[in-house]
Amino acid sequence: MSKRKLDIWTTISFVILITYVLFLIYPMFNLVVESLVNKETQTLSFEYYQKFFRFPYYSNTLINSFKVTVAVTFLTLLIGTPMAYFFNMYEIKGKSWLQILIIISSMSAPFIGAYSWILLLGRNGVITNFFKSVLNIQIPDIYGFNGILMVLTLQLFPLIFLYINGAMKNVDNTLLEAAENLGYTGLKRFKTIVFPLILPTILAGSLLVFMRAFADFGTPMLIGEGYRTFPVLIFSEFIGEVSGDRGFAAAISIIAIGITTVFFLVQSYISNRKKFSMSALHPIEPKKIGGIKNVLLHLYIYIVIGVAMLPQGYVIYTSFLNTKGMLFVDGYSFMSYTQAFKRLGNSIQNTFVIGGLSLVIIVLLAILIAYISVRRPNILTKLIDTLSMIPYIIPGSVLGISLLAAFLTPPLRLAGGVTIMVIALVIRRLPYTIRSSAAILQQISISIEEAAISLGASNLKTFFKITVPMMSAGVIAGAILSWTTIITELATGIILYTGRTKTLTIAIYTEVIRGNYGIAAALSTILTILTAGSLILFMKFSKNKDLSV
Amino acid sequence: MSVNINIKNAVKRYGENTILSGLSVNIKEGELFTLLGPSGCGKTTLLRMIAGFNSIEGGEFYFNDAVINQMSPSKRNIGMVFQNYAIFPHLTVRENVKFGLKNRKLTKDEMNRLTDEMLRTMQIEQYADRLPEKLSGGQQQRVALARAIVIKPDVLLMDEPLSNLDAKLRVEMRSVIRDIQRSVGITTVYVTHDQEEAMSISDRIAVMKDGYIQHIGTPKNIYQRPANTFVATFIGRSNMIKGQLKLNNQQSILKIHNTDFEMTTLKKTVEQNQDVIVSIRPEEFFITDDITQMKGEVLDYIFLGLNTHYTVKLESDELIEIVIESSIDSIIKPGTTIHLGLKLEKINVFTQDGKENLVTGVENDHVQEKA
Repeated sequence: MSKRKLDIWTTISFVILITYVLFLIYPMFNLVVESLVNKETQTLSFEYYQKFFRFPYYSNTLINSFKVTVAVTFLTLLIGTPMAYFFNMYEIKGKSWLQILIIISSMSAPFIGAYSWILLLGRNGVITNFFKSVLNIQIPDIYGFNGILMVLTLQLFPLIFLYINGAMKNVDNTLLEAAENLGYTGLKRFKTIVFPLILPTILAGSLLVFMRAFADFGTPMLIGEGYRTFPVLIFSEFIGEVSGDRGFAAAISIIAIGITTVFFLVQSYISNRKKFSMSALHPIEPKKIGGIKNVLLHLYIYIVIGVAMLPQGYVIYTSFLNTKGMLFVDGYSFMSYTQAFKRLGNSIQNTFVIGGLSLVIIVLLAILIAYISVRRPNILTKLIDTLSMIPYIIPGSVLGISLLAAFLTPPLRLAGGVTIMVIALVIRRLPYTIRSSAAILQQISISIEEAAISLGASNLKTFFKITVPMMSAGVIAGAILSWTTIITELATGIILYTGRTKTLTIAIYTEVIRGNYGIAAALSTILTILTAGSLILFMKFSKNKDLSV
Repeated sequence: MSVNINIKNAVKRYGENTILSGLSVNIKEGELFTLLGPSGCGKTTLLRMIAGFNSIEGGEFYFNDAVINQMSPSKRNIGMVFQNYAIFPHLTVRENVKFGLKNRKLTKDEMNRLTDEMLRTMQIEQYADRLPEKLSGGQQQRVALARAIVIKPDVLLMDEPLSNLDAKLRVEMRSVIRDIQRSVGITTVYVTHDQEEAMSISDRIAVMKDGYIQHIGTPKNIYQRPANTFVATFIGRSNMIKGQLKLNNQQSILKIHNTDFEMTTLKKTVEQNQDVIVSIRPEEFFITDDITQMKGEVLDYIFLGLNTHYTVKLESDELIEIVIESSIDSIIKPGTTIHLGLKLEKINVFTQDGKENLVTGVENDHVQEKA
């Protein structure tokens, strides 16, 4: 009676593939079509693309984004690389605390940094006013290119730090000793040995910073003023009440994806050529150094981390200030918190519902996809693996637009609901979680699964009773990290949300835009507590404290 | 140019832990000197002190007449081969070998000539432009050795260089190392926990335990006339049996359980009757028909081709292991009672505390300085 029985994993592979086709390929395809079809005449045309490149008003955003992104990538490398190197080579006071601070600052939403810096260094900023009134010095303007550069650099250098910190842990101490033994020390040794060894990681970290900086929407929106970048243009063209033009926004999106794709391919080409496997039998032991070098080292690290934490700290401080309308006034109270809960209480609830739901789906899918691509390599699973990486190069706002456009009308009318928010978060975060799950799986010997199967367990039973439990510690740690990025997500959410599905991060953004700094500060503080709490949980579950973002 | 390494009263502490407390050793110019001992005996610690990677808490380290205690590792002109080879994974084999030369004042041609020569000597020229991760363990080992020697160091240090290789390659690499070391004539300090490896390549061996040197001598002397019971059991296999020495004017009698043996190898200074530990290697027994000799019962045997090993229970209930050359159709069945003679000139007799060998012929170059 029974026909050819399909392996359960083949079935699962097909289901996953269909899901990707429906929620990623179809919206993207749809986006391409929209960018190429004139809405009035319903004919194929390149007019949107021509429009973009003809008017500097539009095409300049490309150059602006480019300048910001390259400058940010370069600066984060310049700050993050030496810091990670020093952290591993030398003894530094309070190292573990500093590390936690760096991680926390990497996890907050960039636009919160932007708005806090406006409060500090803006036209009416605390520091600006202090310099003006007390010292009579006019400090440089924070708006525009410089502001974006500063905020994004401080926000993103921790990523470089965490990446390189991880790579340094894999550099075997004997390599350094061998170099020293052959006459290479200090900077010379860094140049000839350490730098080439961590170069693949530097490239991977740079790409991540590049993608984040390129796609960041909140920071240029708040602090950029006249300096408009790509994501700002996409957002205003798509949502803009006056000039809203969906076809045009679609065309810009496609151009953006083109650029990120080129960078992704270049990066993977270079790092594949420079790749070699490393594992440290003898990790580097931090050395004590003394004298002026030690003082300078500590100054450098404490100042950078201090500046990076300053906006967070100031936001928390202002959340306890009394407010009057939009202004902060003297005296401290929980006023902002009461108002925030009264007006925006359900955004916290939304964050947990949408974020939690997304997280469960992400973890489930990530484990399944990691499993089929590691353990059942074939054409089908290879295809899924490739598909799952595509969102890595799609800026958040572009994904938001494509999903909204695709599911605005029946048969699948999801726009405005919780579902579409969840889908967006799942697609965006999956590539990272799949990667970390696959890495865990590769460390588990396949013979353990074979043992279970030879003892009579079915494929699925083996997976759930043997494989999943063995992966769980790593997966839980990865999930907590995903959680922190989910709750601080803005670029996609800002396009997809409605009043009913407003999350904490979106609420903060809208309150900042409205100028309700007190409420925004209170909500930001809650968000920070949530992230820090998640981080503590992560530390508990994760055996080693190295983060892979 | 090779050097003589003289270490006087070396002290190494990690916090409260003292690893070495006043260790002295003199390593002669051009010899291959091995530090041998179980893990944790301090051999690697001492090697890394010579290399400069471990700080020196006390004592003096001389290269010829120069004290090197404070000299930076990069200035000591040392070639080092690490346990995991520490080959730079991002550089090709040729670049790895050339790496140290780049820091010397050499012309490009000179540098290339030396590199090529070394690649040829180590028989790795066909891999010269490959990245190291594509090489086998033995080839990596050759690269590491080439890189260390090409800079013409005063001293070559090797930290368990063969421990990551399989058994066959290990034997092959032993002779490679030995040959290269001989032809270059460089003072070499070699660390290993493998006594067979130490025996096969060393000019002299220092047997270490718990941070102290037990015996420095040639492989032959250490094997045949170990300084104490630790050395006797650590180098090769030894049966340790209780015995008594009975001395009179004419002869020295060694009594093992009920059997008397006349000893002719004892030191002249041994004048007292005393309980002793007799150390007999498995091959120092022979089976005899003489029923006045030691009696024992065969419990078990292992046939290993050339030799057959027997486990024998003596009358004193002590279990010993003996080795007899295998002959056709004559395996002695368990349960058989046999009589055992001793090759008396070979056996060693130790004081009750195991600290002193009472037999003449111990050549221990190590003089323990009292703290």
